[in-house]
Amino acid sequence: MNKVVENAEKAIEGIIDNMTLMLGGFGLCGIPENCISALVNSKIKGLTCISNNAGVDDFGIGLLLQNHQVKKMISSYVGENDEFERQMLSGELEVDLIPQGSLAARCYMGGAGVPAFFTPAGYGTEVAQGKEIRYFDGKPHLLESALTADFAIVKAWKGDTMGNLIYKGTARNFNPAMAMAGKITIAEVEELVEPGELDPNFIHTPGVFVQRIFQGVNYEKRIEQKTVRQKA
Amino acid sequence: MLDKKGIAKRIAQELRNGWYVNLGIGIPTLVANYVPENINVVFQSENGILGMGPFPYDGEEDADMINAGKQTITALPGAVIFDSATSFAMIRGKHIQLTVLGAMEVSQNGDIANWKIPGKMVKGMGGAMDLVASADNIIVAMMHTNKRGISKLLKACTLPITGVKCVKKVVTNLAVLDITPDGFKLVERAPGVTVAEIQEATEGKLIVEGEIPEMVLE
Repeated sequence: MNKVVENAEKAIEGIIDNMTLMLGGFGLCGIPENCISALVNSKIKGLTCISNNAGVDDFGIGLLLQNHQVKKMISSYVGENDEFERQMLSGELEVDLIPQGSLAARCYMGGAGVPAFFTPAGYGTEVAQGKEIRYFDGKPHLLESALTADFAIVKAWKGDTMGNLIYKGTARNFNPAMAMAGKITIAEVEELVEPGELDPNFIHTPGVFVQRIFQGVNYEKRIEQKTVRQKA
Repeated sequence: MLDKKGIAKRIAQELRNGWYVNLGIGIPTLVANYVPENINVVFQSENGILGMGPFPYDGEEDADMINAGKQTITALPGAVIFDSATSFAMIRGKHIQLTVLGAMEVSQNGDIANWKIPGKMVKGMGGAMDLVASADNIIVAMMHTNKRGISKLLKACTLPITGVKCVKKVVTNLAVLDITPDGFKLVERAPGVTVAEIQEATEGKLIVEGEIPEMVLE
């Protein structure tokens, strides 16, 4: 079994206008940089993007927003992206803001074949509008539906040709749950290895969830907030 | 009156041995700097780490190691990394003993608003709605009034809320207050601040019983 494709351009083949994509990452940490570049170059538009954030103005999903390739964002936090905030407030961009834990669970459940679940997050808030409320142990919960995507695009540290993935540090974040929820899941990795080179005990995403994999190039790995301490 | 560091110092006194603690963005993050010497706690950042350590030394920062505020961090011995779904299982499943977060408004029944100003500012709720809906012990760290001098401790929140009846305690630059069924109960005054000044800055119902002690900060 070999799921390897040549590069990001080949990996995104089949993504067309108006599709729904999941993109892993938290802020700029663990984002699929190569595929985002390929999408920017592709000019594909009308996309619905499910991603915790939308990058910053000039990097990550922010690049797709600047190009007006995104019709709708489903996210939990838009804090550091002025263009996102501007497009949302002006109504150019449709935005569904949902609690971060509900977002993660909705992706995980989408991949796990659970169509909906109850969570307390968002009860009594705008998020609860139009959602079924049910009490468990006397506490109100919202019915949240699972999310799936035409394509899920994730970034891992190492992967093998069968699609097994290992992430590094907090670059893991949304990638494992989203990898499960794509009809087609694309993984870009920093290092692509042969089967047997990854210890099966330490694989985070089993290859069964991944359909295409490639070794990315020229990772920038930008840091949003460089915070350091001085040596005493 | 306290500055932001003072608020963080006072909240650090609430930490108990063995607790797992989630610190929000802003003043709450500073709490990690003032953990009392005899107290052992583990800090969670909801993007996927338990055992978050101090900022790295200059030149040692790693783009793959950040906290929920997107700041570069380090991991302490015994730290563990996990994915977002697992992270919120810890939060939703009540495995985290204390949550400290910032707020734009808190109401006297414990409602909190901190994610949106309609038509003006939309940051998003991030993990705050999940945290406040599930955590049993929530402390809000904030200034008592906003930049225009208007009280942030209200009868009812005016902004879209993040969660209902969830805040247990508020620590501000002026006071420590417990949320009770009857309103904000004044517990301590910040150094040099009078009860009258706290009353003046509090729009919601303030309960003052007996002598109110001044905070003791090291």
